[in-house]
Amino acid sequence: MAMREIMYRDALREAIDEEMARNPTVFIIGEGIAERGGSYKVTEGLLAKYGPKRVRDTPIAEAGMIGVGVGAAIAGARPIVEILYVDFAMLGMDMIVNQAAKFRLMTGGNGRVPFIMRTQGGAGGGVAAQHSQSLEALFYHIPGLRVVMPSTPSDAKGLLKYALRQEDPVMFLEHKHLYMTKGLVPDGEHIIEFGKADIKRPGKDVTLIAWSNMVPTTLAAAEELAAQGIDAEVIDPRTLVPLDKKTILDSVAKTKRAVIVQEANRRGGVASDICSIIQEELFYDLDAPVSIVAGLDIPIPFNLTLEKASVPQKQDVVAAARRVLHADPIELAAE
Amino acid sequence: MSTPARTANAPSKALLEKIFRTAYKIRVFETEGIKLYRQGLIRGYFHPYLGQEGIATGVCAALSEGDYIASTHRGHGHCIAWGADVKRMVAELLQKETGYCKGYGGSMHIADISVGNLGANGIVGAGTPLGVGAALAAQIRGSDAVTVTFTSDGGSNNGTFLESLNLAAIWNLNFILVIENNQYAVSTRIEESTREQDLYKRGIAIGVPSFQVDGNDPIAVHDLTREAVELCRAGKGPVLIEAKTFRHMGHHVNDPGKYMPEDQLAYYKARDPVDRARAALLDMGGAKAQEIAAIEAEIAAEFESAVEFSKASSEVTPEAFREFAVGY
Ligand SMILES: Cc1ncc(C[n+]2csc(CCOP(=O)(O)OP(=O)(O)O)c2C)c(N)n1
Ligand SMILES: [Mg+2]
Repeated sequence: MAMREIMYRDALREAIDEEMARNPTVFIIGEGIAERGGSYKVTEGLLAKYGPKRVRDTPIAEAGMIGVGVGAAIAGARPIVEILYVDFAMLGMDMIVNQAAKFRLMTGGNGRVPFIMRTQGGAGGGVAAQHSQSLEALFYHIPGLRVVMPSTPSDAKGLLKYALRQEDPVMFLEHKHLYMTKGLVPDGEHIIEFGKADIKRPGKDVTLIAWSNMVPTTLAAAEELAAQGIDAEVIDPRTLVPLDKKTILDSVAKTKRAVIVQEANRRGGVASDICSIIQEELFYDLDAPVSIVAGLDIPIPFNLTLEKASVPQKQDVVAAARRVLHADPIELAAE
Repeated sequence: MSTPARTANAPSKALLEKIFRTAYKIRVFETEGIKLYRQGLIRGYFHPYLGQEGIATGVCAALSEGDYIASTHRGHGHCIAWGADVKRMVAELLQKETGYCKGYGGSMHIADISVGNLGANGIVGAGTPLGVGAALAAQIRGSDAVTVTFTSDGGSNNGTFLESLNLAAIWNLNFILVIENNQYAVSTRIEESTREQDLYKRGIAIGVPSFQVDGNDPIAVHDLTREAVELCRAGKGPVLIEAKTFRHMGHHVNDPGKYMPEDQLAYYKARDPVDRARAALLDMGGAKAQEIAAIEAEIAAEFESAVEFSKASSEVTPEAFREFAVGY
């Protein structure tokens, strides 16, 4: 298949553009997304192409924006609501948690909410505690939501196109550090179904599970491990809900060792849930306890050194992999 | 209700000097701070208050010790007008341990609760309920302290605005909400975000005494705020003040602001609040040119020594941070 190398943000734009061309009910609203083309340039050019009816700037009114998106979805349109930072999505939690997530069940399955919230999270660059969070666990916890966290341009495009064709509310969580990363994207129609993990690097010694911006970090760790003679398999679930348990479990059954890497702080995180699934299914196959590499349980500080100390780094992943492989001699306590 | 009642007495020279000092200090802080940013000494967001100095200056000059303020993402000016130590502000921007928040907060989170500054805020509109909360606490404690929340045209379109101002109204709180209407939210013009661009009218709808003032006229802002404080202390609060103004540049340091119409920018630059504060001190206050020059030199030197102090300061160590993180 012919491929092109493009940026993550361009891949997202292609997905929106193609689906807007295909389906006249797809529309997008957000702060500064129309005239200015968005803070991350994802929506550049869409206003000129599709006009102000389908590409709209909004006031700073997250609860309202998310709410009207949910309402429009119930009434048959396909809204994309862009929220600048996932931190600001907290203002719209009633509409996400009590309305969007519940509607299908409360209507006995008659009502559907094909609503997409696109937003971004993650630490990096000194934007401090209210602009740096990784909040996927909040959405993961709520039955009725789909949680999508693409790590590459190809996944971003394929998953966003799929999101615009399925029927449930989607939390489409991008990462601020990924917008300008490049990757190969197939030409032509490119759609990735939810619930299919991707093996980003095959390996046999240890399974490393990571999503979003932790995928590049984990792949870099895998390269370093390779230089040390350790062959790591890197699995990216791509969608946390639905979660592709089979691909994860097949890999861990093979390697017998697993490390789960998440940028979010550890307590109540998605990694803990994946860990519980692995131990429940594969307890007797494991050669070491499953290890979790996660952020500290603390808001992200402004100071750059402390910010870095708050979220997992490549070396943390390398160390955890070596630990589950018992690769380092055990230090005996002094007598 | 839109016409402010002007105070009968002409402002004293002391007041005029205070106003000029504050406005000029903010101007220097932002202008020099941007240079530090460009040198790579400051990271993250930096939203300059350039062009809006008249508002924080005028409002804070009308408040007293024991009162409270809550601010926005564009908060340096509010801190300075509230009397913050420039040394500790610069140190915060340079992520040093000697900063107001030990480098944990940065530009968008400078606060000093020991003197009633509830702080800047990274969430647009969040300062309004927090300020109403401080006013409620004062009422419960039996204090007549007044709380001012500075918000923005953008913040006035957020649900927090109506919910919290209405609470302040039904509970007669000593609360003053100051909308700094700079007519833009990043690149979005106010005409695109609301049909009625006179934002003070929103207070009238819920029975709150509401006024509009030229935000580039620090004396007028001061006089109106004093009236508002008196209304509050007479049990007639809360009060809503809309101060019209305009940024002198883009939304933050890295926004060139090309979308801002040149003629509108020129109009407001011709009504520069710092120039007006200086002119008021000269004309109404009868100050001599050399007095002004001395004040300006003093403020410039204060900033320079703040930079020296901050550069020489150390950062919180990762070890100390890990200790701080225990129990979180
Ligand atoms: C709830 C929320 N939504 C969006 C943002 C992103 N944001 C930061 S400043 C800003 C524009 C603010 O405009 P306005 O409120 O008028 O204040 P100004 O910058 O003009 O002082 C936006 C959209 C935010 N910080 N918080
Ligand atoms: Mg504004």
